[in-house]
Amino acid sequence: MTSQLEAGRRPEPLIFEMSSPGRIAYSLPALDVPDRPVEECLPAGALRRTAPELPEVSEVDVVRHFTRLSQIQHGVDIGFYPLGSCTMKYNPKVNEDMASLPGLAGVHPYFPEELVQGALELLYRMERYLCEIGGVSRVSLQPAAGAHGELTGLLMFRAYHADRGENRTRILIPDSAHGTNPASAIVCGYQTVEVPSDHRGGVDIEALKRLMGPDVAGLMLTNPNTLGLFDENMATVAEIVHSQGGLLYYDGANANAIMGIARPGDTGFDVVHFNLHKTFATPHGGGGPGSGPVGAVAKLEPYLPAPLVDADGDRYRLAYDRPRSIGRVKSFYGNFLVVVKAYAYIRSMGAEGLLRVSEDAVLNANYLMRKLAEHFHLPYDRHCKHECVVSGVWQKDRHGVRTLDMAKRLLDYGFHAPTIYFPLIVPECLMVEPTETESRQTLDAFAGTMAHIAGEAESDPDLVKGAPHTTPVKRLDEALAARKPNLRWRPE
Amino acid sequence: MTYPAGYRYTKTHEWIAAEGGKGKVGLTDYAQDHLGDITFVELPEVGRQLKRGEVFSVVESVKAASDCYSPAGGRVVAVNQKLEGEPDLINRDPHGEGWIFELELADPAELDALMDVETYSRFAAEEGEKG
Repeated sequence: MTSQLEAGRRPEPLIFEMSSPGRIAYSLPALDVPDRPVEECLPAGALRRTAPELPEVSEVDVVRHFTRLSQIQHGVDIGFYPLGSCTMKYNPKVNEDMASLPGLAGVHPYFPEELVQGALELLYRMERYLCEIGGVSRVSLQPAAGAHGELTGLLMFRAYHADRGENRTRILIPDSAHGTNPASAIVCGYQTVEVPSDHRGGVDIEALKRLMGPDVAGLMLTNPNTLGLFDENMATVAEIVHSQGGLLYYDGANANAIMGIARPGDTGFDVVHFNLHKTFATPHGGGGPGSGPVGAVAKLEPYLPAPLVDADGDRYRLAYDRPRSIGRVKSFYGNFLVVVKAYAYIRSMGAEGLLRVSEDAVLNANYLMRKLAEHFHLPYDRHCKHECVVSGVWQKDRHGVRTLDMAKRLLDYGFHAPTIYFPLIVPECLMVEPTETESRQTLDAFAGTMAHIAGEAESDPDLVKGAPHTTPVKRLDEALAARKPNLRWRPE
Repeated sequence: MTYPAGYRYTKTHEWIAAEGGKGKVGLTDYAQDHLGDITFVELPEVGRQLKRGEVFSVVESVKAASDCYSPAGGRVVAVNQKLEGEPDLINRDPHGEGWIFELELADPAELDALMDVETYSRFAAEEGEKG
């Protein structure tokens, strides 16, 4: 006999592999309209010659298949998920209830404005909240996620410089940046220039002075950065970029560290994006979609995507009359129900609550950093913000156990692995973001497991190198998967 | 790790083996070890003019995508087509079969600015210790 738990630890076949000829999961009612051959209903070009090879399964097969898949998943509702720079905080269920209200879930984007005043008011108020949190004057809720926000912000940079008759071609990006920053800049037609970090983990000021020039459109910065460190020279950085006509873009991926404490718009940033699916507790990592609102200070405001929601007294309307706008970046008004969930989160937390979120996120990360530093190399030994970066170089050099091996071993103990091998400037790194929603007990359990794995790396390195041992599938060949991807089922 | 004598090396961990006005270029053993299993190499186009320090390729591994910088200026005269099917040649034989492209040198004197094997061996060891 295998227990249910063990059953959930076995690999699950594809539903196609469970197919049995003639088995069906439905029964249609008797036809109550005249029967006509399909050839009379559709043109020849629209008809396929062979039937699609759909899986033939019964209803109970389908239900069990997807239930078993759900049992071999990991997510924030199952366990700790310390994936650095992703802010995998718990998503309160009340947000889902609010997004399910018929008056919000049932509205259609083509409804006339007078029938959706409540939805428009929610968008308007959400914009005001994000303006207050980010220190900006207006916010577009259209962008669908963080990288989309980056592209939107850079298109606004471009429009701003073009209005001044300037053709600036380069974007500066620190070497600790998220990979999406250079990708967005390239998509926007810019050349990217890498700015090195200094020994404290911040922007190297001398290098920035050297690289900044009249051909630079702006600097993209994540603050706190991917080392979890707040740039101490932020005012100097802003001064160097602004004094030569450049603009500053704030990558909001790590905004969970600063709510109610520091506002990007006050520290020199011109365009800011927020990740509602990180900082504001809407689902992501398979449960999305995301939402990446973009805010601008007054001088960049005219370039924001149209429409924005304006208020005339107590009446709300979609304002399309924005002649210098870069235009629309997403169909309709963005991922509206994600905005609703984030709005519910902000309303339930309140201003005091959001400040407490950031304080607790920072406290949790520092607590964990000190515990991990007892067993792992700490490359930047200073207070961190919402996440910390430690390195597995000791384990690699002394025992031949790589960070990848230790990350795989964590799965055996029921934890999601942290982000590994990022940021690129720290070899063998682990980037750990606990978020504010974890208890001290959970942090202790994780730190204890990491200490235990460090011990295993010393006493039984092969055990760690062969991990995971208890998951439905064991160590995957990542190199083979990348070199020869096998992405779809094909009939025999 | 050992590196071939006679090659010249960059601080960004490329090597160049020059002979008769041409030079083969690849990544060092140190570089491939830090990248991990390489899954894709973007080869430069034959005929392309490169400046010294210009990005000639992006190498993707299971860990990261990394830019590679040309050790010298010149024209690309050949590329290692084998890498399209076997990018792991760089992992298996970084200083030999894993070469990436061949350059017709614009100015062979440029190589004097690069490191010799003793200097690079020390440099790579120090980089490794920095962790």
